[in-house]
Order: sequence, then C-alpha cells, then structure tokens
Amino acid sequence: MSPILEIQDLHVSVEEQEILSGVNLSVNAGEVHAIMGPNGSGKSTLASTLAGRPEYQVTAGYAHYRGKDLLEMAPEERAREGLFLAFQYPLELPGVRAWQFLKAAADAGRQHRGEEEYSARDFDRMLREKVKLVDIDPELVRRSVNEGFSGGEKKRNEILQMAILEPTLALLDETDSGLDIDALRIVSDGVNRLRRADNAIVLVTHYQRLLNYITPDRVHVLLDGRIVRSGGPELALELEAQGYDWIKEAVEAGESL
Amino acid sequence: MTQTYTNHPAYHADYLALAEQLTPDRPDWLRELRAAAWERFDTLGFPTARRGNERWKYTNVRPIAQAEFGLGAADGNGRPDLPAGLDVKPSFPDFPAPWLNLVFVDGCPLAGPNTGDGAVSTLADALAAGNGIAESVRANLGRHAAFDDDPFVALNTAFLNDGACVRLPDDSPEPVFLNIAYLRQSAATVAYPRTLIVAGRNTRLTVFESYLDANALVDGGNGAGVSDAAPRYFTNAVTEIALAEGAQVSHYRLLDESRNAFHVGTTRVTQARDSSYTSGSFARGMALGRHDLSVLLDGTGAFCSLNGLYLTDDTQHMDNLVSIDHAKPHGISRLYYKGILDGRSKAVFGGTVLVREDAQKTDAQQTDKNLILSDRAEVDSKPSLLIYADDVKCGHGATAGHIDADTLFYMRSRGLDPETASRILIHAFASEIIDSVAQPEVRDYLDALFLDTVSSKTLPNLGESGAASGNKSGTGSGSKNPGSGRRLGGD
Ligand SMILES: Nc1ncnc2c1ncn2[C@@H]1O[C@H](COP(=O)(O)OP(=O)(O)O)[C@@H](O)[C@H]1O
Ligand SMILES: [Mg+2]
Repeated sequence: MSPILEIQDLHVSVEEQEILSGVNLSVNAGEVHAIMGPNGSGKSTLASTLAGRPEYQVTAGYAHYRGKDLLEMAPEERAREGLFLAFQYPLELPGVRAWQFLKAAADAGRQHRGEEEYSARDFDRMLREKVKLVDIDPELVRRSVNEGFSGGEKKRNEILQMAILEPTLALLDETDSGLDIDALRIVSDGVNRLRRADNAIVLVTHYQRLLNYITPDRVHVLLDGRIVRSGGPELALELEAQGYDWIKEAVEAGESL
Repeated sequence: MTQTYTNHPAYHADYLALAEQLTPDRPDWLRELRAAAWERFDTLGFPTARRGNERWKYTNVRPIAQAEFGLGAADGNGRPDLPAGLDVKPSFPDFPAPWLNLVFVDGCPLAGPNTGDGAVSTLADALAAGNGIAESVRANLGRHAAFDDDPFVALNTAFLNDGACVRLPDDSPEPVFLNIAYLRQSAATVAYPRTLIVAGRNTRLTVFESYLDANALVDGGNGAGVSDAAPRYFTNAVTEIALAEGAQVSHYRLLDESRNAFHVGTTRVTQARDSSYTSGSFARGMALGRHDLSVLLDGTGAFCSLNGLYLTDDTQHMDNLVSIDHAKPHGISRLYYKGILDGRSKAVFGGTVLVREDAQKTDAQQTDKNLILSDRAEVDSKPSLLIYADDVKCGHGATAGHIDADTLFYMRSRGLDPETASRILIHAFASEIIDSVAQPEVRDYLDALFLDTVSSKTLPNLGESGAASGNKSGTGSGSKNPGSGRRLGGD
C-alpha cells in the first residue's frame, strides 16, 4: 500500500525567498508523526503548503497524497479528499455563523463523496455529539466563527472541525501552543479518538509536552527548512532535555544523519 | 399665463400645468409654498458646480440637469395605467396586518388605507380633513425639509401635490406599522414622492418606505442590467419626519428602482426630547442614487441609530450623505453604514456629525465600512466631526478593503469553493446591517433581496488566491495580500 503522505525533496518559496529546502517525509496509514523545530524553521510553511495556501510556491519536489499529486489540487479539493489543517492561528469570520459554516464544510465533503447533504436535523444531532466530544461550550457554535474567541477556544474549535470532518490526513499546526493542561488533554483526547488504522496524523509542535498525551510513531526535527533528524518518541525527550542547539551543531559539523 | 423668464423652461411649463390641474380645494398656503419653492429652485438650479460644492463633491448631477424630465401623465390627478399583472397585487411588498400598505405609482396614489382618523392617509386626504389634521399638516409640511439651500427639496416642493401622510396624535397607545411603496413605471419622466410623518408624544411607529421598479414586480418583469439604450427616469423624493417628546420611530428606506433610475432622496428628521429614531437606509437598484439623510437632535436625551447598506455593481453610483446635528445635551447618535462594491461602480459616503456648544454629554459614533470586490470599483468615504462642546464622546472611522486572502484560504481549507466562500463572506458582511432591522417582515424581505443579489452576482475578482489550482510551481503565486484594508477618511 502506498503511504498516505509522501513528500520528496520539497522546496518552497515565499516571495522569492526559499523557506523549505528539500523536505523528505513519508507517513503511512495508522501512524502519528511529530514535526518539531525551533521558531521560524518552516513548520507552518510545510503544513500550509500541504493544505494549498496560495502564497507558498513549490519550486521543486513533490507531495503525494494517497498516490495523487497533492500540489495539483485546489485547497478545497484537498479538504474534500480528506486532508485537514488545524491552523496555528485560526481566522475569525465575523458574521459567519459557526453552525452554517460547519454544515457547509461537512456537506462539501459529503457531496464530493457522492453522499447526500446533511439534513438540518441530522447535522444538528451529529454536531451536538462532537461538541460534547471536544468539550466546547455549545453556545460557541451559535456565534460567528471564532469571533471574539479566546486562543484556547479557537484551538478547540479547530479540533471540533476536525472531529466533524473526520479527515484521512490531519495536520495540526501547534494546536497545543497556549493551551492550559485541561485544554491540552481535550485536544489530545480528540486526536487520539481520531486515530485509526486507515488514517494518519502529523503534529507540528514546539514542545514535547503534547507528546506526553499522544505517543507518536515518528519524530522529525525540522531545521532551516530541512528535516535534519528523525527518530522514535525518544527523540522528543532528547530535544526536551537538551534543546535544539546540539542538533544545530551536529548539522553544522556536517555529521551525517 | 404671462411668460416670465425662467432658467428651466421645461420644468417651469410642467409647474404651471400642474398648478392649473390641482384640485381647487387645495389650500392657499400650499400654493404659496409651492410658488416659493419654484422660485427658489429656479434661482438655485441643479448643483452641477464641482468647485466649492462640498455636498455634491463626488457625485455629478449633470446627467440629471441636462435631461429635463417631464411629468408623467400620472402626476396630475388621473390614475396611472399599470403594467398588466400588477393590478392583481397592487400593494407590494404587501405585509400582513397590523401593517397598513400605501402604494403610489409615479407619484399618484394607487391603493391604500385611509384610517379615517387622520392617522394614516394620503396627503390630499389629510389636507381635506377637519379636526385639526390639515392644520397639523400645514405646521409641518416644508418645515423640516427646508428648501432655501437645497434645489432638489425645492423642486420636489414646487411639485408637491400628493403623497403619504402619517399623523399620530399624542399618546396614541397602539403602535402603527406602515408600508409605503413608491413605484415607478414610466420611462423618461420624473416623479416627486413626498412623505410627511408626525409622530406625537410617546407614540410608536414603524415605516417601511420603498422606491421600486413597477415593471420588475410584474410576473416575467425583469430587473435588467444597466442599459444605455433604455431611457433614464428621475425620482426626486422628500420625506419629513417629526418626533415629539418620547416618540419612537423605526424607519426603513429601500432604494430598489430600476437600473435606469436617477434617484435623489432627501430625508429630514427632527427629534424632540427623549425621542428615539432608528433608520435603515438600503440601496441596491439605481443608475445614480443619492440619499441625503439629516437628523436634528433638538431635545435633551434624544437618540438616533442610523444604519445603511448599499450594494452596487456595473456602473452604478450611490451617494449617501448623512448629517447628524446634536443641538441639545445628552444626545446619543450611532451611525453605521456598509457598502459592497463590484464592477466599475462607485460609492460616496459623506456625513458630518455636528456637536453644538450646548450639546454637552453627547455620545456620537460614526462608522463606514466598504467591501470592494473589483479593482475597478471605487469608494469615497469622508465622514467628519465638528465639535463645539467640550464634554463629549465622539468617534468615527472609515475602512475599505477586499475579501481577505487568508480568510478565503481558511474557508477553502474546509472544503468550500472560492465562490461559495466569498458569497458567505459577502452575506456575513451585509447581514450585520440587515440583522439590525427589528421587524421580521422587513428583515426577511431585505435579506432575500440582498442575498439574491449576492448569489447571482458575478463573483469577485478573487486575486490569485481564487485560482483553481493549488501551489504547484508557477501556478500559485499571489504574494500580495489583498486583505490589508486601506484606511480611508478620518479628518
Ligand atoms: N507568508 C510569509 N511571508 C513571508 N515570509 C514568511 C511567510 N510565511 C513564513 N515566512 C518566513 O518563513 C520562515 C518559516 O516560517 P514558519 O513556517 O512560520 O516557521 P515555524 O512555523 O516553524 O515557526 C520564517 O522566517 C518566516 O518569516
Ligand atoms: Mg508555525
């Protein structure tokens, strides 16, 4: 079986400046991968490029999603095909009712799969269940999307969207940042519940804290736009204990990986 | 009649002809008012000068001035011939009781209730009524909408013949709901709708005043796009509203004429102490439209909330001029207008909040926001504040921006195509104003109207982020972020 995500030698530029300089990554069904790295190393660029953010220009390499060329697809096609990005900074949509937005998103995927749109009542029922699952204030889905939400509420709302859309490949961009322990547990519960044999999760994170709750299969270190080291969960603990400097030094010394 | 010199021979001839036609029982004071108004108009002329003309700085009325529209046949006392099909349902949009529906076609009353007690009737009926009703009309008509320095008000007043009249006696317990529809059907002519509203002490009134295209209301009629071939027509409307102490008036005004309409509307509001005036000014159908709204807070503790929404495309031009005069202390005013512009359309938002020396403890907020869907659309937003009192709270701001690229990407990343996402964003932008309408009948009507327009629109220039492809090399550039709204105005 081909991997869910297969990235080869991916180079990405923003405004003519290269941010990713040859990323290789392969994620199989049933796996959870963590991508760690210092600020500015290109983690969000990688996640956003995979989701199709237009200002990120791929100049070389490829990314395949379930055997298809991901980079040929419009962002909405990727979403309908089961790719989901939980944004590091979710946007506010003033005046857009969360309920309607979530239903439109869910229906877009269903239509794509040749299923019927949700009836208002079925959607309501499903939504109520998911709201309970991620322990979000039910009042929030009656308000405008993310408008006036706290940072933690926005992150939970991303998890709610993920729970509704049930993606095949979930990319979580620092969903754990700025969360207190309770929220962190809710987020990781949501992720763990999503874990199945036929899907995959990529966690972008800054801290290993999240990995106390979600045990990854693989951990990758992204540094200056390149994955410089990969390993098992113990790599995260190593980073926690020693920071990134030792890796930087090792890379600069030309140590082979 | 002896021929006198006039600057506007065509209008003058119609003015004289109408004077002859007018029912003989119209009072002398009305004739005198009309004569004075005619003279004033003839002296002032149309405000075509661009220099030193702050009130018309961004709107060129030369096309109106040069066209010399004649009176439609209907503007005498005859009944208008209606497009076939419309007579079946004359009162459109027709709201159920307790709404009262008054309908005019080309300025002439078509159908509508006369409540008998003078509360709601045509102006002609009110002038003929006893019981102090005619006196009340005399005391108010032309008093709130002065024509001394306003040629369009002068012209409307010179042709004042009939219209809608509301007069709620002090302390009338029942709230009144009135729907006034001014329909236009005759091409190449002018009509002069006139509305007088006198809300007595502690009364409550809701008015929906709409300017509509009769031809679009008939089955199979169409609100076709702007056509240069079709003749323009002209609507010159004046509405006067007086609120006595403690009166509460909600006033929704819809400009949805055909795209061949020149529409110049003037609304003048005078508020006594502790009265509350809520206005919603909606504009969608016009070739060139103007709504000049001024509110005088002439009593302590008066409150006004003025909302507006305009949606333009093609070559449409919409000009809102909103003035608020805080003349007495403890007044509160809220102004919130929003515009959505597409095509090569142009919107003008001007407005002054004046806080006079006596108006201490005034609290005034003005906001104008514009969503620009096309690179060729243009907005001139110039709200201003003039403050002569020292203990006040005032603020204002104007913004104009495109659909935010990051926001659009966020929505697309959830599976929504760019068209759907944009439509949702445009509707969300508009709904803030539509949702401020308290009456469900009016709100639903407007919501359908504006939502329909949005969904049938050619969709916005989405910039490169709207391209169907993803970020494959070479296809997904677009580093410029059209979301950074440029800040306008604020002097
Ligand atoms: N839209 C953008 N425009 C310009 N520079 C960007 C943009 N996005 C990211 N960058 C730059 O790319 C680098 C990597 O950023 P990012 O991917 O956000 O890193 P991380 O998520 O690892 O903190 C940074 O130097 C950042 O300034
Ligand atoms: Mg980041």
